Amino acid sequence: MMGGLVILWTDALVFLLLLFVGAFGVYAAGKEHLRGPWRLVVRSRVGVSTLVILSFYVAVGLLDSVHFEPSYVADPQAQDRVQSTEVVSLFDRLVLPLRERQEKTYSAPLATHLYAKENIEQPGGTMIRDYPRLQYGGAHLANPAQDWAGDVLRLSLIGLVKGLVLTLVLANILFALLAPRRAGGFAGAAREVLTGKGQIPWRSALITLGLLLMVLLWAVELSGRYHLLGTDKVGEDVFYQALKSIRTGLLIGTLTTLVMLPAAILLGIMAGYFRGWVDDLIQYTYTTLNSIPGVLLIAAAILMLQIYMSNHADEFDSLVERADLRLLFLSIILGVTSWTGLCRLLRGESMKLHEVDYVQAAVAFGVGHFQIIVRHILPNVLHIVLITVVLDFSGLVLAEAVLSYVNIGVDPTMNSWGNMINSARLEMAREPVVWWSLLAAMIFMFTLVLSANLFSDVVRDAFDPRLRSSR
Amino acid sequence: MSEILLKVENLQTWLGSGEHPVRAVDGIDLQIQKGETFALLGESGCGKSMTALSLMRLLPPAGRIVGGDVYLGKTALLELPEYAMREERGGRMAMIFQEPMTSLNPVLTIGRQIGEAVKIRDGGDRRAVAQRVVELLHSVGIPDPVRRVGEYPHQLSGGMKQRVMIAMALAGRPELLIADEPTTALDVTIQAQVLALLKELQQQTGMAILLITHDLGVVAEVADRVAVMYAGQIIEQASRDRFFDNPQHPYSRKLFQSLPDAGKRSRRLAVISGNVPPLNQVFTACRFIDRCDRAFEDCEMAPGWTELAPGQGVRCHLAGFQDAVSIVELPEVEHAPVNAGSSPGSNQEPLLQVEQLKVHFPIHKGVFKRTVGHVRAVDGISLSIDPGKTLALVGESGCGKTTVGKGILQLVRPTAGTVRFAGDEMTRLKGSALRSRRSALQIIFQDPVASMNPRMLVGDIIEEGMKAQRIGRTAEQRRARVTELLGQVGLPDDSASRYPHEFSGGQRQRICIARALAVDPKLIICDEPTSALDVSVQAQILNLLKMLQNSRGLAFLFITHNISVVAYLADEVAVMYLGRIVERGEVGQLLAAPRHPYTQALLSAVPVADPRSKHEVIRLEGDMPSPANPPAGCHFHPRCPFAMPRCRERYPDLNRLGDGRQVSCYKVEQEEA
Repeated sequence: MMGGLVILWTDALVFLLLLFVGAFGVYAAGKEHLRGPWRLVVRSRVGVSTLVILSFYVAVGLLDSVHFEPSYVADPQAQDRVQSTEVVSLFDRLVLPLRERQEKTYSAPLATHLYAKENIEQPGGTMIRDYPRLQYGGAHLANPAQDWAGDVLRLSLIGLVKGLVLTLVLANILFALLAPRRAGGFAGAAREVLTGKGQIPWRSALITLGLLLMVLLWAVELSGRYHLLGTDKVGEDVFYQALKSIRTGLLIGTLTTLVMLPAAILLGIMAGYFRGWVDDLIQYTYTTLNSIPGVLLIAAAILMLQIYMSNHADEFDSLVERADLRLLFLSIILGVTSWTGLCRLLRGESMKLHEVDYVQAAVAFGVGHFQIIVRHILPNVLHIVLITVVLDFSGLVLAEAVLSYVNIGVDPTMNSWGNMINSARLEMAREPVVWWSLLAAMIFMFTLVLSANLFSDVVRDAFDPRLRSSR
Repeated sequence: MSEILLKVENLQTWLGSGEHPVRAVDGIDLQIQKGETFALLGESGCGKSMTALSLMRLLPPAGRIVGGDVYLGKTALLELPEYAMREERGGRMAMIFQEPMTSLNPVLTIGRQIGEAVKIRDGGDRRAVAQRVVELLHSVGIPDPVRRVGEYPHQLSGGMKQRVMIAMALAGRPELLIADEPTTALDVTIQAQVLALLKELQQQTGMAILLITHDLGVVAEVADRVAVMYAGQIIEQASRDRFFDNPQHPYSRKLFQSLPDAGKRSRRLAVISGNVPPLNQVFTACRFIDRCDRAFEDCEMAPGWTELAPGQGVRCHLAGFQDAVSIVELPEVEHAPVNAGSSPGSNQEPLLQVEQLKVHFPIHKGVFKRTVGHVRAVDGISLSIDPGKTLALVGESGCGKTTVGKGILQLVRPTAGTVRFAGDEMTRLKGSALRSRRSALQIIFQDPVASMNPRMLVGDIIEEGMKAQRIGRTAEQRRARVTELLGQVGLPDDSASRYPHEFSGGQRQRICIARALAVDPKLIICDEPTSALDVSVQAQILNLLKMLQNSRGLAFLFITHNISVVAYLADEVAVMYLGRIVERGEVGQLLAAPRHPYTQALLSAVPVADPRSKHEVIRLEGDMPSPANPPAGCHFHPRCPFAMPRCRERYPDLNRLGDGRQVSCYKVEQEEA
């Protein structure tokens, strides 16, 4: 069933980033000054709740980052496996029905009929003009007008109950895991979690997880029989599109950071530590770069890339690969325009640190520059890097939407919230209005950005030494 | 009998919530009479500032008053609603803070800021307010108040800013002025000015002053009555003279004994072992029991307040046996030989020889960063230190003494001059040649918090220099040495695997000393190593430094503004003013009979912890000029009471006098001739 694994550029970077985060986690676990703040993060109610939601997004994004070429048997007799030029991800395979059940054109959320009238041939041979039944959405209903409401309600209830049951199972697993380290055993652990007495607010995590699972299983139940968020112009499921857009949003938010971090950290610390002409050079570089309008730079780079890709179309095996390269370039160019902020912060901070007594003491010991930077400066600016990265994330997700809206964002064939909003421009002008694409993009983006913002607030508070003393 | 102005009964203030709130103020009773100066004395963290803030009801968000009563006259302050309390604050009671730099709004002129306070109190039209502002500025001794009204805080010096703060406090014609360490951030000569001003204002207006301080000298200088705070409680209260004559509480006695001075040179200073206990507990025993060398069984029970005489009391079980306490001499402090190995007058090569050292910082202006002038932080300094000796470099803040230290260490590259250290010309060395010679010359900084990387373990911090200097070949050897060093500075072995923030200020300073010792230096530059520490902790560090000097033959360049530390520790003293040395000589000689007018003024301004030493304070006018634009001729002449026409023309040379000391002053030259 599975064909060859395809590693796209962005996939490789995602896993590199994952490795990076993992390594940082191991490093941070050994350092009290990094572990302490994270402990504060997981002890805050907002922190754990948003963490649960963000992990859902990350899970979808990661599943969507494992790509392969499905090979299918073209002719059963010939036993000849033919590689398709199509590249799909693990996530696509997971939600295969969503992907394959394509309607003709627009249909409203949970609808049983198309959103546009068509000529329908009656069994008698006469033609009438009406809204035709959908091919998949609600196809199991014999009499949609009568059964629809009951069916939706039934499916919803099943979904919610399933979600609740799953939550209870998970809660019990949690109690069992906590029990060995608690005085009261299983019952004690359960009491501690449910009353919210423990240090880690498990109760908040469980409630969020419960809500998330209920919504998720509700969506699973309904989208099995209906198009939960309707279909778009070419009949593709909007719910599927919105889910696929998660990867794009996350990638823009994280890869951009990955691209800009080395430059920002290296140049920022160098400028602040060495000062003199090094500082002048770096300062003038980023001041100049900052004065070029970011959108202009992005537009120029993306347009150039577009020309290149249309001139060398044969270099790309699939559409997905092409879209992927564009996404990567977008990340890089966004990174190039956004490293200056962090660089400036780091320059100021390392300038301050250079004058601090312990750095002076290290100089008095004859410690080399590189050692001083690695041992004294870098660890003491890491919290700034972390805060900036987390705060920038939501801004970048929003930036993607804006750039795609003005057509200089990701490839039009790629699913992204920006593209969904872009297409909604025409849909909103239509009569009757098609509102669900926009709404779907809004809901998904809003949830992600809101939880990212809340999370980054918690992280910033945890790492801010001035706030720490007041707790 | 004078009237009681402020009466505090059983005041309790807690900080933080949760299971263990910090009981910062734990049951304080005090009474302040009209027109008197009441000093609240205590070390850092004992709750004295919290007491003041509680009285003003200006506690930080985490703090709350949980019990007690405060009466100002007949008004119960703690029961007033907030709007009425606002009337009292800045009205009948006003407060000035330690840090005048942050207490003023930098974007408003001082006239506006004082005017605001005046308008709230007096109302009235703009003309009347402006007039009152000028009047207030005049009363706090700011010269040319009409012009100063339109100036911004950054145009004023620290002492001036504190005067402006006092003027603001006076706007409401307060009956009680709470001064929270009003002179701690100021230099001694400025401190003398401000203290004199406070006294003068008190005589004019008849207000009472609650003076919060840690400085026994300041208390001796201005207070009428004294209360000593320890761990959130008042442990002793007496009139100033009685307190200084015969302190009752063992803690108060220890405080006096731990003060360094010339008379204690040959001895170790008394130290109070351990630290102030954490205040987030309920005490059943005496709070001082762990640190008290007179503790006995009864001390397991918290002592009550014993009234010895009207207005005098002590919180100690020994108070009842008052005679016994005063008769029994405290155990003789252990003697230690000082500088036993050094032979005076030996003509060996000095360890460090600095000639005409200059450090100028360029001032850049404009787009192209043109150099428009120089800050002459250090302007031609010569000094030398013999092996195993201590040279103290004394001066007020901004005179360039820290820059001298950094210039010698090549942390700041000197503009001109030579620094010969153990045969090497340091200013010419570069790169790895310089790096390899750094081990012999080390530095200890003022702030023990900032001088260690908070992200590193103590063991790694001490090891850093050894690694850089390739001392100790294997990791085990280095580890063994770290343990040995920790033992030498009196820290437990397991300190190596802990982080700096787990230690108290004094312990951190010990770690810094261990770090410097790790590379076997011959000379350590001590840049105000004790000025961030409490008196009792300062004594520990001074003892340690002295002990190390004896056992290792270390030489110290001791940079400080604290004259009593100089008297205790130094062999030779150099006094700096505005980037130059004005007087230099042997310690006893110089401190006993200073010759340069600046040295004389500086020494006279130092508050002495003895109210009966009636020394005349020579009050200097104005502040130290900016080193970017020093006055022509002798830098000191604008403030010098003996300035002659010659002084305005040429800077006097540093001349050697008959008794061996060097002074740069025309007046002294004349007298000698």
